[in-house]
Amino acid sequence: MAYQWNWGVLFAPSPDGGHTYLQTLLDGLGVTVKTAALAWLIALAMGLVVGVARTLPYRKVQAATAVYVEVFRNIPLIVQMFLWYFVLPELLPTRAGDWIKQLPDASFYTAALAIGMYMSARIGEQLRAGIEALPKGQRNAGLALGLTLPQLYWHVLLPNALRTVLPTMTSDCLNTIKNTSVALTIGLAELTAQAHAMQEFSFQVFEAFLTATMAYLALNLIVIVVMRALEYKLRIPGRAVGGRAAKGGRA
Amino acid sequence: MTISIKASIAAFAIAMAGTAAAQQLDGTLKKVADTGTITIGHRETSIPFSYYDGNQKPVGYSIDICERIVKAVRARLNRSDIQVKYLPVTSATRIPLMGNGTIDLECASTSNTLDRQQQVAFSVTTFVTGNRFLSQKSAQLRSIDDLKGKVVASTSGTANIRQINELNETRGLGMRIVPVKEHAEGFLMVETGRASAFVMDDILLYGLIANAKQPDRYQVSEESLSIEPYAIMLRRDDPQFKALVDDTIKALYASGEFDALYDRWYRSPLPPKGINLNVAMSEALKRVVAKPTDSGDPAAYR
Repeated sequence: MAYQWNWGVLFAPSPDGGHTYLQTLLDGLGVTVKTAALAWLIALAMGLVVGVARTLPYRKVQAATAVYVEVFRNIPLIVQMFLWYFVLPELLPTRAGDWIKQLPDASFYTAALAIGMYMSARIGEQLRAGIEALPKGQRNAGLALGLTLPQLYWHVLLPNALRTVLPTMTSDCLNTIKNTSVALTIGLAELTAQAHAMQEFSFQVFEAFLTATMAYLALNLIVIVVMRALEYKLRIPGRAVGGRAAKGGRA
Repeated sequence: MTISIKASIAAFAIAMAGTAAAQQLDGTLKKVADTGTITIGHRETSIPFSYYDGNQKPVGYSIDICERIVKAVRARLNRSDIQVKYLPVTSATRIPLMGNGTIDLECASTSNTLDRQQQVAFSVTTFVTGNRFLSQKSAQLRSIDDLKGKVVASTSGTANIRQINELNETRGLGMRIVPVKEHAEGFLMVETGRASAFVMDDILLYGLIANAKQPDRYQVSEESLSIEPYAIMLRRDDPQFKALVDDTIKALYASGEFDALYDRWYRSPLPPKGINLNVAMSEALKRVVAKPTDSGDPAAYR
């Protein structure tokens, strides 16, 4: 293959202002981390609400959240992002729309919101699965003891269900990070966008994307280690439900 | 083994035909002779350089030039059976595909820059464009200084966004520069009022305006921030093929055909929608036609 490998290009000055290409990519990584973190917070908050609402004994609430979940998980993320970014401001009153358009970092907030809402549908569904996987007796026992619904969820159902779904939440956290790359379509200068820019300027395609790959890999490995530690810390020894059981296999 | 036998057969055939036979084939020409095909990388939406017409067939100014190059390759190898394959490329795939031999020519709207010459070679310049900005006429933005403090979009990873970034710093204009992924999206930013201006190669801006719902609402700035030479992209270190490509383009410039080719793509209705860009030949391009150059330095075009 007639390709001129040149890893030194990472330390060559990048044309977009006084620093190296490596710094450009690291800047992109920083934006990726910030976007993913905000998106993850939105996803967790909305996911908790949706997951709980899906299991409440109220038909109308269940139906409304079912619609929410199907809308947000069935529309491709890139389409949602375009709708949030280009269509929403046009639907609002002119002044509100103009205010949104002129916001600094509009693409950052739009991206975090779009990814957060998209992921919240998935987290909500997982939480519903976790709650529904609990033995019926827990809910009934709680109510029989006189707990109110909020108390029941807070003290009984959620602590158990969240421990069950924690391992799969790790996957969703990783997906949130990777989904930030879609935000390059609305002009967010995250890691993939910066890798694109680097290869356009230097034509060193593989160096740019391999470096970005390593950065994503490293970032995701860190998340995995943290989530594993969290699972371990939150485990309840001797219980089948609640992450990994005590040493010696599952109880 | 078989390759060298085939090559010697090809060389023999050429010797028999009495064309410039003394020179051994190598690089791309040898590959084309061996495989019997030449593959052209093209873009899908780079109007009017390289794009799909109504029948999903690649057409455009650069494609027309490449068809002449193919003709020259057939003549050089004295083989009329050389097949032409077209392969769509993107800005991210063109380098790997050229490097691994999937495409032999990239016929699109790729700027020749000194940095890029580290990786690939370029033919003599086929078009010269300037970096200008598009805005709504009602906003009355004429020069770069009018953009002070405004939101300005440009396509990420282009030389254009780099220049506007530099100008923003050196002249302290305080613009907020928003990178967009595609030209059409940059236009959408201006159309919806998210940005006051879209900075890009002027020829692409004319194309965007011609395609707009209300073309008379938009204008392209008079002031040009820089010069970008477009060229056909080739593999590096392949002097034999480059010489053939360059000679073909130079012959085109020297012949009377070039004006007709220019009018065909820049001053006539374009397939498939019948839009007319109506752009007169720039002084810089006239100079290139008079004195062809493959320089990647913008200063060579002033």
